Amino acid sequence: MDYLPAIARWLHFMAGVMWIGLLYYFNFVQVAALKAAAADSTAAGITKHVAPSALFYFRWSALVTWLAGAALLGGNFAAAFTLNGSYAVIGIGAWLGTIMLLNVWGIIWPNQKKILGFKPATDEEKVKARRIAFLASRTNTMLSIPLLFFMAAGAHSAIYGF
Amino acid sequence: MKNPLDSLWGTVITGLLLTIVLYFVAQKLVVLA
Repeated sequence: MDYLPAIARWLHFMAGVMWIGLLYYFNFVQVAALKAAAADSTAAGITKHVAPSALFYFRWSALVTWLAGAALLGGNFAAAFTLNGSYAVIGIGAWLGTIMLLNVWGIIWPNQKKILGFKPATDEEKVKARRIAFLASRTNTMLSIPLLFFMAAGAHSAIYGF
Repeated sequence: MKNPLDSLWGTVITGLLLTIVLYFVAQKLVVLA
């Protein structure tokens, strides 16, 4: 059915905008805001009322983005992930997105649960979790730059000479 | 050595450098096919 790839692409874009938008919010806005808020004891406003909700949409939009991307690849899924010929372009994007998704669910979210108090943790464990979650989030911000290049550049094959 | 991911500019510059490296990797893979 011709509608399926179109709907998958639409969903991939909507969820992707939410995912990367929230990732950039965390890295470009919230990290600095939390530092400033900690100085005047207002950080709880962010950690109690903003961060849990932002993290909810962040992790689920990451999953929807990946699933919609996989649906969009359809029968070319294996060719993309094996970096086969011209599929190497979108394949690199797909691998970067997969690494980022695993980073969200395997590293960022488990550590954020300790930081936000959803999972019991000592102060020392929280300090460690904060550093790990921060670096994982920064890694995803860094990876999002080539990810978006390969998603967008895939439509401009001339830059690869084919 | 300072971790470039500790600063926003370091993160963005690292991402741009990785994009350039991966662009040449992609080009190689496409040409080889």
